[in-house]
Amino acid sequence: MTPEVAETVEVSLWRGREDGRYQTFTVPLRQSQTVLDIVTWVQRHADPTLSYRFACRVGVCGSCAMTVNGKPRWTCRTHVSKVVDDGKLEIGPLANLPVIKDLTADMAPFFEKWQKAEGRFVPSQTRADNLAVVSPESAERRTADAAIECINCGVCYAACDTVRWNDSYMGPAALNRAWTLVNDVRDAGNRSRLSAVASDGGCHNCHSHQSCEQLCPANLNPTASIAGLKRRTMQAYIKGELG
Amino acid sequence: MNVRLYFLQRATAMLMVPLIIVHVVVIFYATRRGLSAAEILSRTRGSLGWATYYSLFVIAATVHAGIGVRTVSIEWGGLRPRSADAVMWGMGFALLVLGLRAVTAVVLA
Ligand code: SF4
Ligand code: SF4
Ligand code: FES
Repeated sequence: MTPEVAETVEVSLWRGREDGRYQTFTVPLRQSQTVLDIVTWVQRHADPTLSYRFACRVGVCGSCAMTVNGKPRWTCRTHVSKVVDDGKLEIGPLANLPVIKDLTADMAPFFEKWQKAEGRFVPSQTRADNLAVVSPESAERRTADAAIECINCGVCYAACDTVRWNDSYMGPAALNRAWTLVNDVRDAGNRSRLSAVASDGGCHNCHSHQSCEQLCPANLNPTASIAGLKRRTMQAYIKGELG
Repeated sequence: MNVRLYFLQRATAMLMVPLIIVHVVVIFYATRRGLSAAEILSRTRGSLGWATYYSLFVIAATVHAGIGVRTVSIEWGGLRPRSADAVMWGMGFALLVLGLRAVTAVVLA
């Protein structure tokens, strides 16, 4: 392997809160460097007061998402070489969320909407019952499995224009989660959940732009899940089953 | 947008598809045949069929456009849902009055 030439990248990092500004650093390039590596380099070598969030560094925890050259990305699994533009990187906090400081967005509204969409399991049995047997081949389970691997990173939420335009819209991740539960045969919360996702901030606001699907690092398709919710809630509405 | 508004908007869209086709065909027919205003009015005046057809069209368009304008005013106009409701009703009322006025003009003798 050829030794690396001493190359650098111009990195603009968001500093402060909503009324902050970008500050530029020159960071040495390394082989297979991730955007998170760049941010960590700045904090270790240039400015220890830089705030950002990460945990696993391997694409599991979903805590490292930031806006990189205008698009939301999971920074620990995004190679600099893939996103660098003209030798420059601009890194900011995730969009559509309040800024706590620097690169750290406040995820509270994201998770509050998750609760609004009733994206939590409601048991239909007790611990005294036998374990439920769910065939991995069943249609419901396959539908749920297709949407289940969400890491709660908020990339889709930041990518969604409808979230930006409409404060009350629950957004792709919460609705995607609700869809997995709608298809979970062990779950007992669907009557109320379908009413929740059919209400004002719910699935019917989605314009099916698919920005969420384009950028989801787990390769999920929230648009398809939301389309499923639209169908299911419409059937329930026509049958008069929504509360 | 909730399931009720979504249902009404989709249902009126489906209803309008055949209505629009008939409407366009009639326009082509009337212009191809070179019908004058008087000839057209002689066919529509007193016609229960045309009265029903265009009244239905006006009502469907009113509902469909009213809901659409509500969404646009929230997403692009930054209005709160309550103000957007007011815009929806205002727009709907105006379309309904103008539309039904036009219908009466061509079907009432
Ligand atoms: S498809 Fe729906 S949820 Fe996904 S980005 Fe577009 S509007 Fe948002
Ligand atoms: S659906 Fe994808 S982009 Fe959205 S939170 Fe889950 S993993 Fe992240
Ligand atoms: S740090 Fe855990 S997903 Fe990036």
